[in-house]
Amino acid sequence: MMRHLRQQGWIAGLVVLFVLLFISAKLIQPSYGAGDFGSLARAALPFAFAVAAQTVVVIAGGIDLSVAAMMAVTSVTAAALMAGASPEFALLVVPFVLLMGFSLGALNGILIVVTRVPDIVVTLATLFMLQGAALLILPAPGGGSAEWLRSLIVGTVPLPALPDNVTAWFPKALLLLVVLLGIVWIPLKRSRLGLSIYAIGSNELAAFRSGVPVARTKILAYAFGGLFGAMGGLALTMSTGIGAPIPGPYLMASVAAVVLGGVVLGGGKGGLLGPIIAVFVLRLARTVLTLLAIDPNVTAIVEGTILVAVVMFGAFIALRSRPA
Amino acid sequence: MTTSTIASQQAPLGRRVKRFMSDYPLVPLLALLIVLVVALNIIQPGILNQRWVANTVKFAIPLALLAGCQTMTMLTGGIDLSVGTAATMAAFIVATQGAIHDPATAMALALVPALFIGFANGIGVGVFRVHPLIMTLGTSLIGIGCLQVYQRTVIASGAKVPDFLIWLGTGVTGGFPNALLLFVPVAALLIFIQRRTGFGRLLYAIGDNERATRLSGVKYWQVILALYMFSSLLAGVMGLLYIGLIKAPSLSLAEPLVLTSVAAAVIGGTSIFGGRGSYTGTIVGALILQVMITLLTVLQMPEGARRILFGAIILTVTAAYLRIIEDR
Repeated sequence: MMRHLRQQGWIAGLVVLFVLLFISAKLIQPSYGAGDFGSLARAALPFAFAVAAQTVVVIAGGIDLSVAAMMAVTSVTAAALMAGASPEFALLVVPFVLLMGFSLGALNGILIVVTRVPDIVVTLATLFMLQGAALLILPAPGGGSAEWLRSLIVGTVPLPALPDNVTAWFPKALLLLVVLLGIVWIPLKRSRLGLSIYAIGSNELAAFRSGVPVARTKILAYAFGGLFGAMGGLALTMSTGIGAPIPGPYLMASVAAVVLGGVVLGGGKGGLLGPIIAVFVLRLARTVLTLLAIDPNVTAIVEGTILVAVVMFGAFIALRSRPA
Repeated sequence: MTTSTIASQQAPLGRRVKRFMSDYPLVPLLALLIVLVVALNIIQPGILNQRWVANTVKFAIPLALLAGCQTMTMLTGGIDLSVGTAATMAAFIVATQGAIHDPATAMALALVPALFIGFANGIGVGVFRVHPLIMTLGTSLIGIGCLQVYQRTVIASGAKVPDFLIWLGTGVTGGFPNALLLFVPVAALLIFIQRRTGFGRLLYAIGDNERATRLSGVKYWQVILALYMFSSLLAGVMGLLYIGLIKAPSLSLAEPLVLTSVAAAVIGGTSIFGGRGSYTGTIVGALILQVMITLLTVLQMPEGARRILFGAIILTVTAAYLRIIEDR
């Protein structure tokens, strides 16, 4: 019960933080509104998928250093396949890329299970491999994206029953994010597999002794991480229209948001909602700092300090609430 | 004693070889290094000369120093991902301050931020019990931010790398790189700390069983604080050496070496979960990686294929090595 309360309290705190940041953005620049919220959602999209990928793996007690490279390789694959192709062909590309992410993620898991090398080293090695694969597919940024795919994240959701100034607050990017994460995560969490993922993250030995298929669960957790990573890669291609073989800053950002979102490193605790809200908090914090006309370099310092302070605070709470 | 000799005589040859290698984990590593060098010499005959060896050692030393930070922190079950930032800051500051102050002052100034990073890491990990991976990632973000701000304040003053550092980083005397003058004492110090001092034993103890160590009266946070400050200081020193080698200050100077340094420590047999490993293994690990990088360059593969092979080799070597030393 207490644990449940703390979990909800953490998410509520994040929401409050988000609202506070939004109000301060509004105060600094009164014209800040729905349109900016839309671009915030669009900018946050690849980050959110990266965080989702990291969250699943962390809950299962692992860590995935290859998440940014996974996004790069899926993004260049999609961009290379769609360059100059018909819109109908793109319909095939999307499931293919998602499947590719799923299998590459599963490969991560299989390597961890088979070699018995620590996950941090395995995903470090696959980070190099995926980066290399991305460079082989597209040596320089390029490729293309189908127009209908790009239009999926631009603009707002038309809701006929509501006036325009209300629908303006429902950007398509946010809807896409919620739908995609929802159709994967909610059934997953409620399934036997979801329970097993939490179980092996919580205590692998106990899970094994209660009959949880540890190896299979771990592989599937990494596979779902890969699936989310592929969604992130597609989101990158959608928002830029091209594919870039050099991974973006998504590894650090994903770990930061996972921790800020209340998922315990080491596994077994937390959900997907917290980290996703945390992504938006971090992105909005960046916007607010930009609006304050602060040197963008100082923004990096502030972001790092927020991360460290939040993590220290969280660890401190955990220390106080549990007798050592 | 006699029974064990008899047992080992009766065991099949493969098993005895395996047990030998697990007792002397350095042997398979050195064998791999020799195999790599021989392979290199077959692919490109005549490459194996004194100049090449000196060059390889010269580039392996910075990697080995950073991997030293990883070895020390990994012994306690930690990791230090802020070493790249600490090294880059030291390198950048010494180059820019070198234009204003005399070299000694510049070098002293350059090591200050590294100590701050180490202090923050130590407090976060030791007192607040933050996961080392997160803590060091966070401080490295902050450090890079500070460096970017600093860069804009000194943009006018220009950069000058002190001559002493260039001599130390790039110079070769009688076939031996001058960097060995720095590396040999540092390596000896690290090995001495790990093998002979109480502090070193505490590192192994914490990595082995942290709870038991704390219950037996060890002040956990003091050990961790000292460890992370030492690690950052070592990274700073590496930065000073590296700027002497590269000679061009940039904001991402040592960053590409961070993940490679983790790989060097892991290949060298240091357990990422703590309690096992030694710096001698790490040095060989760094040499293996450096020779491997040359090998992949000589093969003239595209950059992408090179990275794929690099990753595959790291994984294979680590997996094979784990199999060997865990077979007890």
